[in-house]
Amino acid sequence: MNVDFTSKLHPERSLLKCPTGIAGFDEITLGGLPQGRPSLICGGPGCGKTLFGIEFLARGATEFGEPGVCISFEETAEDLAQNAISLGFDLKQLEEAKLLVVDYVHIDKSEIAETGEYDLEGLFIRVGSAIDSVGAKRVVLDTPEALFGGLNDTGVLRSELRRLFRWLKEKGVTAIITGERGEGTLTRHGIEEYVSDCVVLLDHRLQNGIVTRRLRVLKYRGSMHGTNEYPFLIGEKGISVLPVTSLGLRHKISDERISTGVPGLDEMLEGQGFYRGSSILMTGTAGTGKTSLAAHVVDAACARGEACLYFSFEESPDQLCRNMRSIGLDIARWVDQGLLTIHATRPSSLGLEMHLVEMHGLLEKHKPQVVVIDPLSSLLTGAENENDVTNMLLRVIDRLKQLGITGFFTALTGGGGVLEGTELNVSSLVDTWLLLRNLESDGERNRVLYVLKSRGMAHSNQLREFLMTKKGVELRDAYLGPAGVLTGSARLAQEAREREEDTRQKREAEDRRLAMNRKLCAAEAQILTLEAEKEAAERELNAAAIESEERQNAVIAQRAEMAHSRKVNLKPKGSQPKASEAGV
Amino acid sequence: MIAQKDGNSIPEYDLRLYVAGQTPRSVQAFANLTKICEEYLAGRYRIQIIDLLEHPQLAKGDQILAIPTLVRTLPEPMRKIIGDLSNKDRVLVGLDVRSV
Repeated sequence: MNVDFTSKLHPERSLLKCPTGIAGFDEITLGGLPQGRPSLICGGPGCGKTLFGIEFLARGATEFGEPGVCISFEETAEDLAQNAISLGFDLKQLEEAKLLVVDYVHIDKSEIAETGEYDLEGLFIRVGSAIDSVGAKRVVLDTPEALFGGLNDTGVLRSELRRLFRWLKEKGVTAIITGERGEGTLTRHGIEEYVSDCVVLLDHRLQNGIVTRRLRVLKYRGSMHGTNEYPFLIGEKGISVLPVTSLGLRHKISDERISTGVPGLDEMLEGQGFYRGSSILMTGTAGTGKTSLAAHVVDAACARGEACLYFSFEESPDQLCRNMRSIGLDIARWVDQGLLTIHATRPSSLGLEMHLVEMHGLLEKHKPQVVVIDPLSSLLTGAENENDVTNMLLRVIDRLKQLGITGFFTALTGGGGVLEGTELNVSSLVDTWLLLRNLESDGERNRVLYVLKSRGMAHSNQLREFLMTKKGVELRDAYLGPAGVLTGSARLAQEAREREEDTRQKREAEDRRLAMNRKLCAAEAQILTLEAEKEAAERELNAAAIESEERQNAVIAQRAEMAHSRKVNLKPKGSQPKASEAGV
Repeated sequence: MIAQKDGNSIPEYDLRLYVAGQTPRSVQAFANLTKICEEYLAGRYRIQIIDLLEHPQLAKGDQILAIPTLVRTLPEPMRKIIGDLSNKDRVLVGLDVRSV
C-alpha cells in the first residue's frame, strides 16, 4: 500500500509508531499503534480483542523482532495457545524461542479475603519480570478489568491500574490493553480514562443473519488516522482489517490501452479500447448482453496472455462457459490453461465484508490483470442498505486501481428505473460507463449500446446496435430515421432499401454513359463524312482550276495558230484596234 | 527469604506472606499476622515471608497480584488474604480459624 508512514515534514518530531503487522490496520493508523504507549482495544464479547492482542505479539515477535509479553486475565496460557494455533500462530514455539511470555493471572474471589490496605505491586512485579525475561517491547494485558470481579476495592484497583499503565509507558513498551464494552462506556469500569493515547473499538453486528465485524479508531492522540468504520475479518491468517481504502487518490495510472475484444466497441473508444487499470461499468436492463460483453473482455485479455478473475454472482462456471459457447466464445479453454479463474458464489452466501475479503484474497492469490464482477447489483440482495454496498464497491474499485487491475463491472438496472443512474451510485467512481438498452419498435426488441462516458478519451457519441451472433458480439451502425433510431428488421429494411437505391442509381448511370457514348460515336461518324465531302470538293476545285488554265492556253494556242494561218503579224494589242479601224 | 516462626516439621498451618520490599504496609502485615497466629495458632503454624523484589518469579506460582498477600497453603484448600491484615476477625475468617 502506498501510504506515507511518517510525515515527511518533521520525521523527527512525529509520533513514533509500532507496526502491528495486522493486515490493513497499519494503513488505517498510518503506521500502527503509538510506540511506547498503551493503547486500548475495546469491544463486546467475542469481538476479537484477544486475538488482536495475540496477533500484535505474534507478528511483533516474528516479523519485527520485538519480543512480547501477554498477561492474560481470562484465559489460561494453554487455552490461548490453542486458540492462536487455529489462526496460524504457534505461541508455544514463540515461548520456547524466548520471544514471548504468556502469564495467566488468575483471581478467584472465593479464595480471597480482603482485610486492610493493599496494592497490586505483585502484578507489577510479575509483568516486570516477564518483560525483563525476554526483553519485551510489546505487552498485552488481556482484559485487566477482570480484576474488578476478583477484588472488592475498586478504588484501589482503579488507582493501581492507572499506575500500571503509566508504569508501562515509563518502561517504554508498546502496550495493548483490552477492555470489554460496558453500558454507555467503552469499558465496563471506565479505564479508557487512563489509556487515552489510542483507543480502537471493535464491534460485531448481526445484519440479515450475517455477522459483520467492524473496527474503528476512536482516538489517536498526536496522529492522523482513518476515522471510518472498517470491516475486518478473522480468517485463517489472523485479522485482516478490510478493505484498505487509501486515504488519498494516489494510484499510478497507465497510458496503455487494451482491446475490449469487440472491434466495434474499440472503434467507439478511439479505436483503441479501454485504458489499462481503469474501471469500466456496464449497466443495462435484463438480457441486454452484459455478461456476453464481459466474456469478450475476458476472452481478449486471456488471448493477450493476461490472467483474469471473473466473479460470477449469477451463473456457475460451467453455465457461463456453455452460454458463451453459444455466441462462439470458448472461455473454457482459458480456464483449462489456468489464465481464467471463475469464482462463482451466491451473493447471499456471505456478508459483504466476507465477499470483499474473499475478493482481496483471490486478488492476492491469482494476481489477475483483469477482474470482472458480474453483476455488482446482485450484491445488493445480501445487504441491509445500499450505502454499505456503495462503500464496499468503492473499496473494491480502489483496491483494483491501486493494483493497476482493469476492472469490468456489470450492473443491472431496473426496467422502469432511470437508465443513466445506478442503484449503487458507483457511476461516478468508474472511468468508463457503457450503457446497454433495449429499444422496442416494430414489434421487436433490439439491443443498443452507447458510451455514456469515458474519461480521458474522445469516445464516440453514437448509438450502436448490439448484435449477438454465432461469432460473438458485433456492433453495427444504427440508422437514424425520421422516427428515431432504426434497429433490427427496421434497420435491415432500411439497408435493403439503400442497397436497391444504390443499384438503381448505378444502372441509370451506366445507361447514361452508354447513351453518351453512342452520341459521341455518331458525331465522330458525321465528322468523317463531312471531311470526305470537303476533300472531294477541294479536289473538284483543283481540277476546275487546271481545266480553265488549260483551256486558256488552248485558246491562246488556237489564236496563234489562226493568226499564223491568216498570215497576220501579230501586233501589239494596242495597235489592233487601229488595224481593225483601218480594216473597217 | 524464609522467616520461620517455629513449628513442627509439618505444621498444621503453613502460611506464606508475600511482600515487596520492606514497606510499612508489609511490616504492618507481618506484625499483625504474627500477633494473630500467636494468639490463636500458637505452635501450630509456620510463616514464610517471600519478598517478590528478590524473587519475582515466585509471584506466578501462587497467583500473587496484591501486596501484601497471605497464602494459606495448609490446611487445604488454599486460601488467600490480601491486605495489611489489620482486621483480626476477617483474618480469622479468612484463615478459617475458630477461636480456641
